[in-house]
Amino acid sequence: MGYDPKDPLKDRITDIGPRNYEDFLPPVIKENYGKWLYHDILEPGVLVHVSETGAKVYTVRVGGCRLMSVTHIREICEIADKHCGGHLRFTTRNNIEFMVDDESKLKPLMEDLESREFAGGSKKFPKGGTGAGLTNIVHTQGWIHCHTPAIDASGIVKAVMDELFDDFKDMRFPAHVRISLACCLNMCGAVHCSDIAILGIHRMPPMLDHEHLGNMCEIPLAIAACPTGAIKPATVDGKKSVAVNNERCMFCGNCYTMCPSMPLADEVGSGVALLVGGKISNRISEPKFSKVVVPFIPNEPPRWPSTVDAIKKILYAYVEDAKKYERLGDWAERIGWERFFEKTGLPFTGHLIDDYRFAYTTWRQSTQFKF
Amino acid sequence: MAKHKTPMLDELEKGKWPSFVSDIKQEAENREKTNVDLQAPKDACSDLLGLLELTYVDKVVHWKHGGIVGVFGYGGGVIGRYCDQPDQFPGVRDFHTIRVNQPSSKFYSTEFLKQLCDLWERRGSGLTNMHGSTGDIILLGTTTPQIEEIFWELTHNLDQDLGGSGSNLRTPSDCIGMGRCEYACYDTMALCYNLTMEYQDELHRPAFPYKFKFKFDGCPNGCVASIARADMSVIGTWRDDIRIDQEAVKGYVGGEFKPNAGAHSGRDWGTFDIQKEVIGLCPTHCMEWDGKKLKIDNKECTRCMHCINVMPRALRIGQDTGASILFGAKAPILEGAQMSTLTVPFMKIEDPYDELNGLIEKVWDYWSEEGKNRERLGEMIQRVGFQKFIEVCELEPDPRMIQEPRSNPYIFWKEEDVPGGWDRDVKEFRKKHQR
Ligand code: HEM
Ligand code: HEM
Ligand code: HEM
Ligand code: HEM
Ligand code: SF4
Ligand code: SF4
Ligand code: SF4
Ligand code: SF4
Repeated sequence: MGYDPKDPLKDRITDIGPRNYEDFLPPVIKENYGKWLYHDILEPGVLVHVSETGAKVYTVRVGGCRLMSVTHIREICEIADKHCGGHLRFTTRNNIEFMVDDESKLKPLMEDLESREFAGGSKKFPKGGTGAGLTNIVHTQGWIHCHTPAIDASGIVKAVMDELFDDFKDMRFPAHVRISLACCLNMCGAVHCSDIAILGIHRMPPMLDHEHLGNMCEIPLAIAACPTGAIKPATVDGKKSVAVNNERCMFCGNCYTMCPSMPLADEVGSGVALLVGGKISNRISEPKFSKVVVPFIPNEPPRWPSTVDAIKKILYAYVEDAKKYERLGDWAERIGWERFFEKTGLPFTGHLIDDYRFAYTTWRQSTQFKF
Repeated sequence: MAKHKTPMLDELEKGKWPSFVSDIKQEAENREKTNVDLQAPKDACSDLLGLLELTYVDKVVHWKHGGIVGVFGYGGGVIGRYCDQPDQFPGVRDFHTIRVNQPSSKFYSTEFLKQLCDLWERRGSGLTNMHGSTGDIILLGTTTPQIEEIFWELTHNLDQDLGGSGSNLRTPSDCIGMGRCEYACYDTMALCYNLTMEYQDELHRPAFPYKFKFKFDGCPNGCVASIARADMSVIGTWRDDIRIDQEAVKGYVGGEFKPNAGAHSGRDWGTFDIQKEVIGLCPTHCMEWDGKKLKIDNKECTRCMHCINVMPRALRIGQDTGASILFGAKAPILEGAQMSTLTVPFMKIEDPYDELNGLIEKVWDYWSEEGKNRERLGEMIQRVGFQKFIEVCELEPDPRMIQEPRSNPYIFWKEEDVPGGWDRDVKEFRKKHQR
């Protein structure tokens, strides 16, 4: 039984898709599916949802690293077996939700979760991430597993969340705050509509490994990959290779994805950019993109202090000054971006003025501004 | 003890937020001790820590792209990864990722998760992402010979398939919807599951110009961010009236219920002021409160969800529910970031979803035909124009689709727009107009 490398097609099963979600629903969810009336956040990280049948489900939301070991998942299962009848769920933002169907089960569950710590002293299951506060940071692979990152992901997330830990466990902000991280311009995590986005960027054009480029890469594909048309075929020392017009390079790394002989990550060249003021929800104002407010911060492993510091400046200036219900971007628009830079203390530099496509729409065509 | 010294990473064990370094270390120790007959390198976790420490020193990544890996017959679901210091870190010499298609809304039974853990401990690194940004369960790091074995065990023992990668349909994902949210305007879990099953071929066998993503939000709050992340964003909405429980409104005004379901309770924002916080913030100014009765001019409401979010016990979504369908979101590269554009203002979303399937297939047919290699749908729509796109979808132009009408009059008139067409006789013209 099992896979037979000599006969790979024997008894092969394909195209069966994911497991049916109905197999995995806790009974209280199944019974009240589509019948929910309202909900309350009892305390940060604890929700109750009330059904028209009168049934209630109590949820404890805890933060998690999306990078987790099977040992840790087994521990999560042990908790869910002990308190939640063998069910649990994960949220879109890498949080874990434990659900119980009776208030009396809530306290033991919360105490159990709160008591668990990793050997190094960090909390395994910090409760929070609800309401007008900070939730977990969605992020991509970074130095753990991708080939094009400009920055690490998990390490920066850990450094930022350690520093903002109390706000994960509180709801004192004017509105929801969503922080996201993507480790290169590809933005696998699609961070471009976040209240605060941490983005990895490169600042150096690719190096050219002429010795091997012609053999390792399909040159026409590398040329076609470049969004700015900066790459041309070239012959160097009799070998087929490419030339890059550095002036036109936007440091996107597409060429490196196509051609491993064009690496561009660099100790000095690569680092963090910060974007702010995006949102997804349609609540009050329309969804909007995040805007670049810090063009570059060097990589500072292991704890990226300058990045953490800049995020705190932005976040707390907003928390102090915004009106109730105002998202970070709504606040910046109301006070004006000139005030945003004043209040956050961030320097405004030429790099923040758009010079890519459709740049004109972001310049000011009016005499209305603030001194 | 630890195979590699990791002074930089050890700094990330401090602080209160869960430490991924502590977690990888505990897995490394368990792999050292375990009597499971590990099929992937025992040192996978300790070497991963060593490699990451080296990256922290160098500040340049040590992974390489390349090497064709995958399971037979599928064009996606496995991502090849090799480290560029294999001699120093043999445990992660090849460290491929497997994407496993997560269930709708990511509910699990512990039974299933434990089975998955047993499989992955034995045949992989024991490290996962719960979950990747697309939604998949990501099994992080295994060797080439293990891939078919893992696929076999997933399909035979766990009744579970891989997710998508490459130029194909990516694993769809959805919000919790009717599972536990009173705002769900359609059944996101059922739709996500059904479309995933319907389009298994498109998911496993890349045949598109580029990737394609579906995401399903149950309401305009947008908890899975479909409007920013999906080529097709399905966002729940309704077209009748918000249901009002006037007694409960008074309950909020009188301080009996916490506004916002308690979401702002970490700070003293003063007593709840319905005039200022609800009526005054309604973006369409379509609400009125005379101290006794709340009135909503539903015809003018744009269903932004604000009032409902503030007073969930008093206000409920309407009953004639369905979804708005938007197309074309993508992350910035290459043409800049795009959000999805409203294409179908309202569609009923009911099993067997024929109308939606019909629309999807029209879009895919056209994109497969007209899309350039590595051109996302949103970029193609920009290139061919939104007018063309709605023609492809067989939809009539509707002012709901736009923010404002064009401000330039450079209309690309077509011959059929002009009565009689473009054929004219210059001789006739000359009869009236001298040269
Ligand atoms: C040229 C463009 C892109 C390239 C070369 C690229 C490449 C990659 C690679 C190699 C990975 C695997 C990382 C790993 O696990 O080792 C990945 C993951 C992923 N990509 Fe992309 N990507 C590109 C664009 C995008 C875009 C535009 C999006 C989203 C709109 C996206 C979404 C994702 C997601 C969601 C993942 C899973 C990431 C995670 O959860 O860590 N990718 N991509
Ligand atoms: C040699 C073996 C290679 C393997 C196993 C491989 C594997 C992968 C994988 C798994 C991804 C991530 C896609 C995703 O996020 O789903 C990716 C991205 C990509 N690779 Fe490769 N790659 C290889 C070589 C190449 C070569 C030679 C090229 C170009 C000539 C190339 C072009 C790309 C492109 C364009 C992407 C981005 C695709 C996307 O955004 O979906 N790859 N590759
Ligand atoms: C008071 C009204 C709201 C309720 C009842 C609500 C409910 C929920 C629920 C049930 C989830 C879990 C969904 C899932 O993981 O599939 C969730 C997650 C989320 N919601 Fe909402 N939501 C509300 C308002 C909002 C608003 C106004 C925003 C944006 C401004 C928002 C953004 C999000 C985001 C980004 C997530 C992912 C969070 C995470 O996974 O930790 N929600 N919300
Ligand atoms: C063969 C093509 C064109 C010819 C022969 C032409 C000729 C003229 C002439 C003679 C005037 C002066 C009118 C007057 O003050 O009496 C004028 C004004 C103007 N033209 Fe054109 N034009 C042409 C195309 C265009 C185009 C394509 C545009 C716009 C894209 C344009 C924009 C203008 C504008 C803005 C004015 C000033 C109008 C005003 O403020 O009064 N013209 N043109
Ligand atoms: S954002 Fe860039 S570096 Fe990060 S996982 Fe995606 S492609 Fe890799
Ligand atoms: S990094 Fe991007 S812009 Fe620069 S040469 Fe490569 S593909 Fe072109
Ligand atoms: S998108 Fe709407 S329906 Fe879905 S979980 Fe969020 S609030 Fe609920
Ligand atoms: S949903 Fe929004 S637009 Fe509609 S009445 Fe409520 S606040 Fe006004």
